[in-house]
Amino acid sequence: MHHKSLVELGAGLRQGEYSSEELTRSCLDRVAVLDPPLNSIITLTGEQALQAARDADARIRSGNAGPLTGIPYAHKDIFCTKGVRTSCGSRMLDNFIAPYDATVTRQLNAAGAVMIGKTNMDEFAMGSSNETSFYGPVSNPWDSETVPGGSSGGSAAAVAARLVPVSTGTDTGGSIRQPAALCGITGLKPTYGRVSRYGMIAFASSLDQAGPFARTAVDAALMLGAMAGFDPRDSTSVERAVDDYTGGLGDSLEGLKIGLPKEFFGEGLDGTVAVAVEAALGEYRKLGAVITEISLPNSQLAVPTYYVVAPAECSSNLSRFDGVRFGYRATDPADLEDLYKRSRGEGFGAEVKRRIMIGTYALSAGYYDAYYLKAQQARRLIREDFMRAFEQVDVIMGPTSPSVAFRLGEKSNDPVTMYLSDIYTIAVNLAGLPGMSIPAGFAADMPVGLQLIGNYFEEARLLNAAHRYQQVTDWHERIPPGYE
Amino acid sequence: MALEAEEVEKIAHLARLGIDHDDIPEYARNLSDILAFVEHLNGVDTRGVEPLAHPLDAVQRLRPDEVTETDERELFQQNAPLTEAGLYLVPKVIE
Repeated sequence: MHHKSLVELGAGLRQGEYSSEELTRSCLDRVAVLDPPLNSIITLTGEQALQAARDADARIRSGNAGPLTGIPYAHKDIFCTKGVRTSCGSRMLDNFIAPYDATVTRQLNAAGAVMIGKTNMDEFAMGSSNETSFYGPVSNPWDSETVPGGSSGGSAAAVAARLVPVSTGTDTGGSIRQPAALCGITGLKPTYGRVSRYGMIAFASSLDQAGPFARTAVDAALMLGAMAGFDPRDSTSVERAVDDYTGGLGDSLEGLKIGLPKEFFGEGLDGTVAVAVEAALGEYRKLGAVITEISLPNSQLAVPTYYVVAPAECSSNLSRFDGVRFGYRATDPADLEDLYKRSRGEGFGAEVKRRIMIGTYALSAGYYDAYYLKAQQARRLIREDFMRAFEQVDVIMGPTSPSVAFRLGEKSNDPVTMYLSDIYTIAVNLAGLPGMSIPAGFAADMPVGLQLIGNYFEEARLLNAAHRYQQVTDWHERIPPGYE
Repeated sequence: MALEAEEVEKIAHLARLGIDHDDIPEYARNLSDILAFVEHLNGVDTRGVEPLAHPLDAVQRLRPDEVTETDERELFQQNAPLTEAGLYLVPKVIE
């Protein structure tokens, strides 16, 4: 059963070949056997999952099933889930039982999807390797000595290892696309504001966006359809109808204009990754696409801009963790200041502390203009590059990550080197555009991701471009050895 | 820009973050590396460029000033480290 896609599983459920309860049990059994060494799941919610599966079965029998009804999924532990621990990968929230559901949680529940557990992640989504998690690193199913990427590393590994057909993630600087690439699966970061951030623990509010992981573009389209939508409870949610993400799947790519930013193919890109990406672009030529070189001249500003904007927003967002109303509290505080300092000092890990301090510094008196204002100006230049590019082309493509999965521990002591693993994904968040990563071959037996970037709200176009490629290739069907 | 140990201590204090004294040199080194990296932005001509705070240049949506939430204090305080009679307890602030 674990080889089937969401679409195939949904058909089997509705035709009565198996029940959601059987399917959910089979996922839970697979997690019990395969997850201990992977460490992709922080909290398993078996009993609740089986109850949700029985409810889904009743709904299927009554003829009210949608495409996600009865489908098991794993949920990034950044989304609030009522009555279930929501840790955000941090000691700070190790004891936090969410008192309400995130909008994404509520919408997936309403669609009848069955949450089997909460997935491991970099602490507060700050990381590119899943190594900053309080609950320990996650292994890449393709090679247990390498990272799955991050921050949504557990969600990506769980889908790659065929523990679940689909999962959720969030992407602030590449946290869906980069782990999708490193684990050989399909991941989509929607346009900023397309999916509600309500109940999604905030890291950098002007960048954070939720999206799905799946093995195929079709499955990702169905997940996005359930996750997207206007939400009055998120002040940055966009008031705009949700597109039909499946209707156009299969449309011809004849004449599709694809732009390749020359800045994405220069120094820093691993040669073997470049070969795989070139081969994928060759497939798009065969599908009738017209490929031209473009330029995003301010690309080199993206990572430095991000490491001002994101830490500044993080230092503000994480000021709510004070040891008073919820979360970790240090024992025997001498006074209120000691309570704040030790609760935060002991509750947060090193990377989170680094980012809070960078943000605090950048926003402090006398430095605001030099750092934060300057970064916001650079951010506009980065966005304008994309706007000019989309006057010439329909979709931008390139590598998702400059290398395949790196080894555990390889970059964890060098923050700046780690930050550069998101060199091709970060600009997309700064501009607020939708982006995807799809499996596009292998380099040294490890998966390579192809990144697709679209104009605002063109998720359907990206999904179709990904689907057409998956119809003529089988990279997305490859299974990591040991997980067959 | 290279940060000295005392600047790291000052930033940590502003952020109300307790840092082990032994860890300060490493934070100073890491934070200095990050600041040196972001200072690449200094070479960019941004004269006359409007700062971008929201990618879609959206403005704050307003809603009628009406009560929409119910009182869930008891539920929320189940997550609190220390409460009494519906109040959050902290160390004594005023002698």
